[in-house]
Amino acid sequence: MESSRDDFIIAIRSAFLKKGTKQRFSLLSLIFFSIIFLILGSLNFKAINYVKIGIKEIVYRSSFIVSSPENFIKDNYLLVQNHLNLYKENEKNKSELASLISKDLLNKFIILENKRLKKIIDDYLVKSNTIIAKVLSDKGSPFLKSIIINKGSKHNINLGMVAMDGAYLVGKVVEVNYFSSRILLLSDLNSKIPVIVEPNEVFSILSGTGEAYGVIQYSKKYEDIKSESIIYTSGAGSLFKAGIPIGRINSNYLSEEKKVEFFSDFSQLKFVKIVSFLKDEIE
Amino acid sequence: MTEFRNKNFIRKISSKIPLILLFASVLNEYDFNYLGLKYFSFNFSYILIFYYSLKKSESLGYIYIFIAGLFNDVVMGTPIGLSSLMYLILCGAAAYLRNITLRPSLIKDCIFFLITILIINSLLFMALNFIFNYNLDYLDQIINITYTFLLYFLFSNLFDFFETYLVGRTNAG
Repeated sequence: MESSRDDFIIAIRSAFLKKGTKQRFSLLSLIFFSIIFLILGSLNFKAINYVKIGIKEIVYRSSFIVSSPENFIKDNYLLVQNHLNLYKENEKNKSELASLISKDLLNKFIILENKRLKKIIDDYLVKSNTIIAKVLSDKGSPFLKSIIINKGSKHNINLGMVAMDGAYLVGKVVEVNYFSSRILLLSDLNSKIPVIVEPNEVFSILSGTGEAYGVIQYSKKYEDIKSESIIYTSGAGSLFKAGIPIGRINSNYLSEEKKVEFFSDFSQLKFVKIVSFLKDEIE
Repeated sequence: MTEFRNKNFIRKISSKIPLILLFASVLNEYDFNYLGLKYFSFNFSYILIFYYSLKKSESLGYIYIFIAGLFNDVVMGTPIGLSSLMYLILCGAAAYLRNITLRPSLIKDCIFFLITILIINSLLFMALNFIFNYNLDYLDQIINITYTFLLYFLFSNLFDFFETYLVGRTNAG
């Protein structure tokens, strides 16, 4: 009994304290070092923050280069898939286009009318500053849904700015470095944004699930949310401008969950618009 | 003379391949997410670090593993130092297994690997969930652990083949 305990201690001591061949540090010292790194990092220690920024700048660029072979395979895989779906999509697009053209005319009228009415009630219009950024890396890992873009504080990117794919919302800036930034996608488990579900004007919170869809949560008028309803940002809490389209309800009658199918495909983002919305004076 | 120099160069390159693979895997994340497979993900770096810490500890220096962990944290967006800690615990477990093993067997290695990644992922889950307030999906973690464990058999044989027939042959030459 005594000797087996001794053997265990010797094996543990040898594993953690002994420096192996060609090893400059013992395992235990590096473990302590990483714990110190972790603690100081969470306490926002200045020196660690500088090291972090340095590592991030190097890693984001290297990751983009290292990922290029996988990205090449991924792009080709998606290209083949797109070709296979081309005929079906074309038929669907034709019918959608016809109905959209008629809706567009109506929309133009509504926009003008909206501006006129806002002017009457003395509300403010919103002006936006747009920066186009290239997606350096899209780490769609099971643990975190985020993308890295090639614009940072040097290009006037700030925390909380909105990332859009065309007219659709994709996420917001959660980390800004000098030459790069990280965008937390709407599909991430940690993403929660105030939204409005139209028609029926249901205010709610859209939460990410870690999958390709989001879910509607914390709503009192849950039963008013119908399938195919459209989700827009509500503008509550001044986080986002109101009325940015996000997705469509795709609820399964067998499940209670109100699933949101995003308009933008986050796995195929190449460029995103980084937008900050400011209040504008009405002429 | 030229042949000798060439062999020396190939030997040097092949001895660095585990290190190159480690950094490529943390920077690139070999997870095949673009295939859209919902129930498939694995952690290649865990397999690589465990195998090489167990079989050829001189191939991957602890300091490189530590740096690779920092890189992984930056790519994944997790708190810096966390992956390094997990990788080093994995190294420690592999070193402990190496010290107590008299007759190596793949089955024993695999079972030890499974226990180690279960502990590591539990630590990671607890740290991210309770200390750093990250939301993680429990099912995703289980899937990741299962595939990492299952693929250890495959990669272990591949690395064995690589070490015996490619690195070994150039060493012998």
